[in-house]
Amino acid sequence: MSYFSDIYNGIKTLLTGMSVTGGYFIRARKGSITQQYPDNRETLKMFDRFRGEVVMPHDENNEHYCTGCQSCEIACPNGSIEIVWDRQVDPETGKKKKMIDKHIYHLGMCTMCGLCIESCPTDAIVWAQNYENSVYDRKYLTKVLNQPGSKVKAGIED
Amino acid sequence: MVEKEIVNKMKTEEYFVNMGPQHPAAHGVLRLLLTIDGEIIKNVDPDLGYIHRSIEKMCERDSYQQIVHLTDRMDYLSSHINNEAVCLAVEKGLDIEVSDRVKVIRTIISELTRLASHQLWWGVMGMDLGALTTYFYAFRDREYINDIFEETCGARLTMNYNIPGGLMYDIHPNFVNRVKEFLVHFKTKLPEYDRLLTGNVIFQKRTKGVGVLTKEDAISYGATGPVGRGSGFACDVRKKHPYSAYDRVEFKEALFTEGDSLARYKVRIMEMWESMSIIDQLIDNIPEGDIKTPTKAVIKLPKGEFYQRVEAARGELGVYINSTGTKNPYRVKFRSSGFSNLSVLNHITKGAKIADLVATMASFDFVIPDIDR
Repeated sequence: MSYFSDIYNGIKTLLTGMSVTGGYFIRARKGSITQQYPDNRETLKMFDRFRGEVVMPHDENNEHYCTGCQSCEIACPNGSIEIVWDRQVDPETGKKKKMIDKHIYHLGMCTMCGLCIESCPTDAIVWAQNYENSVYDRKYLTKVLNQPGSKVKAGIED
Repeated sequence: MVEKEIVNKMKTEEYFVNMGPQHPAAHGVLRLLLTIDGEIIKNVDPDLGYIHRSIEKMCERDSYQQIVHLTDRMDYLSSHINNEAVCLAVEKGLDIEVSDRVKVIRTIISELTRLASHQLWWGVMGMDLGALTTYFYAFRDREYINDIFEETCGARLTMNYNIPGGLMYDIHPNFVNRVKEFLVHFKTKLPEYDRLLTGNVIFQKRTKGVGVLTKEDAISYGATGPVGRGSGFACDVRKKHPYSAYDRVEFKEALFTEGDSLARYKVRIMEMWESMSIIDQLIDNIPEGDIKTPTKAVIKLPKGEFYQRVEAARGELGVYINSTGTKNPYRVKFRSSGFSNLSVLNHITKGAKIADLVATMASFDFVIPDIDR
């Protein structure tokens, strides 16, 4: 008798499972969360906090907020950030002041932990939301964040 | 008489098969040295080390803030819970108390992580047993949680949202609504999981009575999490040693006594319901408060040993920190659940068939970076 009840149970559970899949077959697109990437590149917007890569925003006068305090370099767990700095004479006060020469960021080593941005006292570096970071050569992953000829905005102290 | 002679002449030989390190039915780079006699398994010898990254040694080099992001990479499916464990251990050492708001948010995100982890496991379990459909259904529902994480924490998997002393930033304004939306959605989908897989006769035959682990063995091997609880070993850290906000919520500890693959499956399905009920209780009244308790920029733990245990998605995770009073720990040890659970595998699959080994491994839900670290 158990032979027939096994067959009955087998068919019954099979149909129960198929009623789920069949239901989705009929209303295929309802509740679908699939995104048509990369066709939706223009409309695809990442969340504000998405960690794409570290960037240094500059204003219209080509000025940034980085004082060269090296907090980010110390906070980084794997040495993704290197700061080349120099002491230059401030033209206004005549005193020597620490200035960044290059803020080097190795995107290839970055683990996107966010500790550098947490530690920055002047919010000089922020997250960018770009999500297509692949390049053809490894050297493009080493970036200099401060633009050429840029300088620190006046009045920013660490 | 003639028949008997033929039977006696049939000689079989044992031979070795390497299962992994790259195998479609293995999760990650786990190499199993199988000694088999035909289809029957005589011995299973796990060979580890293919994804060893020496996380514990790297912790000795890093500051206490920097340790946290390394634990993301251990059990990457319960990354937030790992982060929480380290932060709780450091906070214990510093003797600081985080605000209620931090505790509640940590608990909610931990439970979301557990849900996401169990969803992925459910999909993969079905896939290991030959039902590919489950994989897509699970990933559909997991996408909602990943979106919540991405909006609030900034990353989908390796979130690093915890810092010693609190959270990196406050929850996103949309967080509460999104979590509620997800709960409404998933409460209709979880019964579907049962209809699709749990009752299926093929699934039942592959899992019922397969890989039976007794309660005594579970305790002596140190199997925790759903593996231990499937054998009737009540080992839920959330219940026994409540941390964060688990002492203010009511939930049932999922406990089954059969000890087979189906029992471990049922534990996880029940845990998903319990996780949803925990989030339900907390999401409406997240208390106001500070998001981080200020710590010094360079954290120095006092001299001594600190231990914190939490319930990760796969079992108990212990974080042991030995400090000599400097800014780096002297020694860090993670007691990962996967390592202890893996040691059970040889014991319970001896004498079973190879296909049963895959089914048993699926019910164990191994994450290999957690075992190797």
